[in-house]
Amino acid sequence: MDQIFDVSLFASTLRMITPILLAALGGAICARVGLFNVGLEGLVLIGAFSAIVGNHFTGNVFLAVLFAVFCSLLFSILFGYMSIQLKANVIVVGIALNFLALGLTTFSLRAVFNVKGAYYNKDMVGLPKWDIPVLKDIPWLGDVLSGHSPLVYLSLVLVVLLQLFLFKTVTGFRLLAAGENPTAAKSLGIKVTRIQYGAVLMCGVLCGLAGAQLSLGNVTMFTEGMTSGRGFIALVATMLGQSNPLGVAASSLLFGFMDALSIRLQGFALPTHFTMMLPYIVTIAAMLFFKDKGYMQEARKSNESSR
Amino acid sequence: MLLQMNSITKSYGNVTANSNVNFTLQKGEIHALVGENGAGKTTLMRILYGMESPTSGEIVLNGKPVTFENPTDAIRHQIGMVHQHFMLFPTFTISENIVIGREPSKGIGFDRKTAAMETEQLGKQFGMPIDPWKKVADCSLGMQQRVEILKVLHQGAEIIILDEPTGVLTPLEVKELLIAIKTLASQGKSFILISHKLQEIMDVADRITVLRDGKVTGTVFSKDTNAEQLSRLMVGRDLIHISRNATEVGQAVLDLEGISVRGSKTKPLLSDVNLHVNEGEIVGIAGISGNGQSELIQAISGLLKPDEGMIKLLGQDVTGAPVGAIRQIGLAHIPEDRYQWGVAKDATVTENGLMGHTGKHQKYGVLGGQGIRQMVSEWVERFGIKTGSLSTKAQYLSGGNLQKLIVARELAQKTPFLIAAEPTRGVDVGAMEIIHGELLKKRDEGGAILLISSELTEILKLSDRILVMFEGMIVGELNAAEATEEHISLLMAGGRAVG
Repeated sequence: MDQIFDVSLFASTLRMITPILLAALGGAICARVGLFNVGLEGLVLIGAFSAIVGNHFTGNVFLAVLFAVFCSLLFSILFGYMSIQLKANVIVVGIALNFLALGLTTFSLRAVFNVKGAYYNKDMVGLPKWDIPVLKDIPWLGDVLSGHSPLVYLSLVLVVLLQLFLFKTVTGFRLLAAGENPTAAKSLGIKVTRIQYGAVLMCGVLCGLAGAQLSLGNVTMFTEGMTSGRGFIALVATMLGQSNPLGVAASSLLFGFMDALSIRLQGFALPTHFTMMLPYIVTIAAMLFFKDKGYMQEARKSNESSR
Repeated sequence: MLLQMNSITKSYGNVTANSNVNFTLQKGEIHALVGENGAGKTTLMRILYGMESPTSGEIVLNGKPVTFENPTDAIRHQIGMVHQHFMLFPTFTISENIVIGREPSKGIGFDRKTAAMETEQLGKQFGMPIDPWKKVADCSLGMQQRVEILKVLHQGAEIIILDEPTGVLTPLEVKELLIAIKTLASQGKSFILISHKLQEIMDVADRITVLRDGKVTGTVFSKDTNAEQLSRLMVGRDLIHISRNATEVGQAVLDLEGISVRGSKTKPLLSDVNLHVNEGEIVGIAGISGNGQSELIQAISGLLKPDEGMIKLLGQDVTGAPVGAIRQIGLAHIPEDRYQWGVAKDATVTENGLMGHTGKHQKYGVLGGQGIRQMVSEWVERFGIKTGSLSTKAQYLSGGNLQKLIVARELAQKTPFLIAAEPTRGVDVGAMEIIHGELLKKRDEGGAILLISSELTEILKLSDRILVMFEGMIVGELNAAEATEEHISLLMAGGRAVG
């Protein structure tokens, strides 16, 4: 047992949850304004790919992350335009975006790098590792918490910031109102459409960061479909966490841990395909815990559209 | 004059919703706006509240002409509206619901403490006390109505539009609301009150304007008028006084023995309900809504399986039988919530009318032709259902017209037994007269009807026997002849039957 549950398992948990957590936070904001964003997977994938592209052409990690955010943002505008402006069914739009992202990144991989399957370049620099002073000297805790990429720490800060934003600020309050009962919010002169766009854009930024962490933080490469369902796991984390940033963080932690565990178990005699099922088994088990999603149904009802 | 709306006309394509309407309001006045469903009351108020712009005509406020692009403009000019369907956020607290849109803040933070203090103060000031930290989802409808009014007052409204404010309230809540309105008016607030209920209007309003087909048919002082005159102005003719003929009561059609439904809470939803409905009889169930009526309806119609007891329809045991089978044996059902149980909003008038009648209009599983449209258009004519066409989607019909469609559809089943739950909710006097007439006709022809209504007047007018429900039990049975409103009210509130 000690061999499985050692320091590096928890350290890698923290690394693994970051993409899920960032995407799930984006999903949570969208859910809070009544848009159920199934397109997280695609948004993260676009982020992951464009981070590598940015890195390849600029050679600067910071610019690479910015480029990833920019591309995901563009993609999320597409999602917003279709679902808010054209009032298309959000689920359909989300699924369409996922497939579009998969095709687009695979195609571009060939067009830009002229490779199939995966792109790796040993000269490419990944995200820097930050050693946190003082913390890194504490035994065990220092090994787990220190030495991660800045995005890992950013994601944790964002959890707190988002929690404060949603539940303590006037703007956050109006955002919640717009999601809970758009008709009523409109009748009070609250700009529901603008708030929805804001939420979708914020989601785009978060997914871009998630993608960058995936392709530049955990590894420094891009493979076709490298999100491999993390966007959907993030979606489950959103729901399981009741679209509460703190709740989302807790459920992401659970999934990130299972993710790290499954990789760890591959080092043992267990078949790879079995261990790879683990995160998804937990996902299904988690589904059993959230049956009643009251407020989102309310939002859908009062919207009286197909969403 | 505080407010003048001068020759307002509003047309949608070739339909004219308001034609040359003049409407005035004085400070501290309660001015009621009455009329049938689709007479243009709501359109007129939506124009005043900036939700629609008039095709022609002008609004003059405090002597100055104004135009409202949107509700925000109207709110800025101190006009507030309480909508028929509450515009509340159920998971938010009362104070959050009241201050939304003009929240007290500290920097970018929302200062909830100040909000709670402000709203509590506001409630006290206007004699409508509230608990600012309570969630709206946990409030009664009467309390939600109060929150709506306080919200409008918090916005600084001087003119308050109330659209059908009493439709969903219990009699006691209605009384409280009317008192609150009068108090506020005496403090200088002005009210525009849209309602169907003539008695309430006569009680509370200073002036009454009647609309029919988008035109004003009269503006009268309430002290100079009476319910008959108002009905005449609304409907354009005298109402026929419906009289009930004595009928021979036949055999039992529906028989309930010891029906109990356990709820998730400790209290049972229905406990040991025994009742029977005979041929040629209307049995009325009175009670404040939420005392087990819904469960009773669902148990009889097969939507809910009772935990104990037996239900017999025409002598057959139908306890726990599928809904389709029960309907086959002889049940038709006018449901209490027309949107939840009664219609499919995205389906057309014809399609909604066809529901439950598909058997008659099919051949080898294919729905057939002319008969369907003929059947539905006949109902549209007979019940005066106002609809654009037979292919209009149900969601575009007003609530009252939709109700008429459902009543027509269920009556056309010609079953021996009918459940009529709130058959005239949100329906105007003209349509109410038609629906009541049809129900009585069915009774005279030997039909058995179980009438569930929260309107005491309706119960008293139609029923041969009256049962009163309280907390899932039948607490009293009265004969129509000896029942009085006072007696029933007492039983409804949980007082025991005396003698």
